[in-house]
Amino acid sequence: MTVTGCSACVAVPYEKLEQTVAAALTIEMSVPTVHCAGCIGKIEQGLMQLDGVFDARVNLSLKRVRLQSDGRDGIEDAVLDKLANLGFEAHPLDNKTLAQKPDDVSRGLLIRLGVAGFAAMNVMVLSVSVWAGAEGVTRDFLHWISAAIALPTIAYAAQPFFKNAWLALRVQRLNMDVPISLAILMASGLSLYETALGGAHAYFDAALSLTFFLLAGRYLDHQTRAKARSAAVELTALEVPRAQRLHNGVVETVAIETLRVGERVLVRRGARVPVDGLVAKGASELDMSLLTGETMPHSIAKGDTVYSGTMNLGPPFEVDVTHIGKGTKLAEIATLVATAEATKTKYTTLADQAARIYAPSVHLLAFAAFLFWQLYTGDTRLAVGIATAVLIITCPCALGLAVPAVMTAVSGRLYRMGILIRNGAALERLVDINTVVFDKTGTLTTGQMTVVQAPEGKALLIAASLAAQSDHPLSKAVVKLAHGQNLMAVDDVVEQGGMGIEAQVDGMTVRLGRAEWIGCDPHEGYVQTWLKIGDSAPTPFLFDDTIKPSAKEAVLRLQKRGLKVVMLSGDTQITTDRLAGKLGIKHAIGAVLPDEKLQIVQSYGERVLMVGDGLNDTAALAGASVSMSPASAIDAARAASDFVLVRDDLTLIDTCIALSKTAKRRMLENFGIAAGYNAIAIPVALVGLATPLLAALAMSASSICVSLNALRLTRGK
Amino acid sequence: MSILVYLIPISLFLGGIALAAFFWAIKSKQFDDPEGNAARILLDDKEP
Repeated sequence: MTVTGCSACVAVPYEKLEQTVAAALTIEMSVPTVHCAGCIGKIEQGLMQLDGVFDARVNLSLKRVRLQSDGRDGIEDAVLDKLANLGFEAHPLDNKTLAQKPDDVSRGLLIRLGVAGFAAMNVMVLSVSVWAGAEGVTRDFLHWISAAIALPTIAYAAQPFFKNAWLALRVQRLNMDVPISLAILMASGLSLYETALGGAHAYFDAALSLTFFLLAGRYLDHQTRAKARSAAVELTALEVPRAQRLHNGVVETVAIETLRVGERVLVRRGARVPVDGLVAKGASELDMSLLTGETMPHSIAKGDTVYSGTMNLGPPFEVDVTHIGKGTKLAEIATLVATAEATKTKYTTLADQAARIYAPSVHLLAFAAFLFWQLYTGDTRLAVGIATAVLIITCPCALGLAVPAVMTAVSGRLYRMGILIRNGAALERLVDINTVVFDKTGTLTTGQMTVVQAPEGKALLIAASLAAQSDHPLSKAVVKLAHGQNLMAVDDVVEQGGMGIEAQVDGMTVRLGRAEWIGCDPHEGYVQTWLKIGDSAPTPFLFDDTIKPSAKEAVLRLQKRGLKVVMLSGDTQITTDRLAGKLGIKHAIGAVLPDEKLQIVQSYGERVLMVGDGLNDTAALAGASVSMSPASAIDAARAASDFVLVRDDLTLIDTCIALSKTAKRRMLENFGIAAGYNAIAIPVALVGLATPLLAALAMSASSICVSLNALRLTRGK
Repeated sequence: MSILVYLIPISLFLGGIALAAFFWAIKSKQFDDPEGNAARILLDDKEP
């Protein structure tokens, strides 16, 4: 597969090409739905056809596409359009936030892993000759070569362990890396000493394979974390914050940080309000669902307060900035999120628990072995040898692999299913949850309106013809209802910001809009718009939120699992109850304010899974024991969540819980394997019967068992 | 046993080639997109 087949590049001489590429603009986009070779081919070939694109390369692991373009105007929009046409949802990523730095730590670990593997294999070959019965000068010779390979390798490859151990010791604490470092150092030191004296036992191979297996665990662990971290960076890079500032009557696009209090900004149709402020000119309707969770649009007029993050549904209006940065409602919510996170009980992961028991006991055991043999035989060389053997045998190869191997296997599988895991510990917490709290709007429902009651026939046609003039979500729903019919001609369209539209149809004045504006009483509990044709009585259009296709099945599966399912909403109790009835949810709480969500979630105890998508959910997401958000959620919500459902299918929640249980079982099994191995090996080492051959066999066997056990997770449906 | 004098350097040299190849693979970013590389083999080569 070549991507250099671009005719523009072929024509340019090499030097010139290099210059062009250097000057070119690199665009990166997140394409969450790309998943197979077909997608790669479609995207790369499709994008290369665009004018101004030199190169397109899909990274399937990160689900991104990287483009080299000539940076011409509108190229980004053209690419987005093309991707949409090809059937891929895409989001541009902010290059500055991504900070094109290669992952040095990961690469460093991989190189060390390679070096350790190379050295371990070679020393193992030499050791086999010793075990096979080499004696005298030959044995010493083989030992010296082993030392020449092993010592520099350990000095280089085992550095990550030494560093961590030193960091822990400096603050007088113990971590897993202390016994690891001690075992590696003692094994090398003792082996060198024995070699110098022409002794029979050298543990160079053990020290090296120890390093190799532990590095493998460390690398897997890092990969899982790095993937989660890159997802987080991607989320913050998603939003490129811009505002339209009015300056001496001219509109200029500026970064939000440069705005000052007192300046005036223009909020275009369909745009988000960038700041908190007062409406200075114009009237419109705002979608406040991000802040309040209410689906019903709010009408605003001159003098009203508007908050950043809300979306303008109507005609453009102007806002005088009153709050920026830390003073905005958005920033207040961010503080709320931080507090919620701080109050969360700290969870001790399985690996932490294991390390806490393991590190002190290993040291004690080794020291006890040394003391006993020293006092019993008075032979220091023998006593140190046995203590070292105990350290090597107990060294947590299997333990170090037990959790990372499972995490890698499970996060890979979740990823393929469309779930991004952002926090490994959350997978363990997910096992114990007993309550699932759903946000309604945008999570269980799509947030888009469907018509539940409407006039028929000609009235509908007239309403649709009028509605086609507007971008309002309710209008769009009305147009959709009249789909397929030929719309009528309308004249003299007047849009009253925040109220409705008026126009001439068939010589009659027709109005479509709010009840108060039309002059009638609204129905309770529905989002609605009214139609008045000429002088006839007004007729209502009633709307309801559209339930996601997978919602009902998802709720049912969770309930079958014995979990309590709760739904929260900022809409009225009537609306909320109606929807809960449709979904079969028994506990529904309506009219919830954003700050109350966190309290409600916490009132259900410490084993709550929160699923939400809006800004008003973020505090609750951060405060819940585990949190998930759908891909359509806003950045802040995704950043506060432990899992992101990249594929829009709510049944994934249940699958994820099931998988978390399997994963925890595998981790415990792995600990069992490690413990069982120690139970046999430690007594052998304590009585001084552990030979280098035995240590090598036991260590490798247990590590391989643990890895294979973890790999079982990647299979299955 | 004098054969060891030849065999050990040879085995180290051969292992060293593998190690060098591994470094080269890391350097040329072959570990950056393992899933993509696995999928790309299924793509048809484009006509030049």
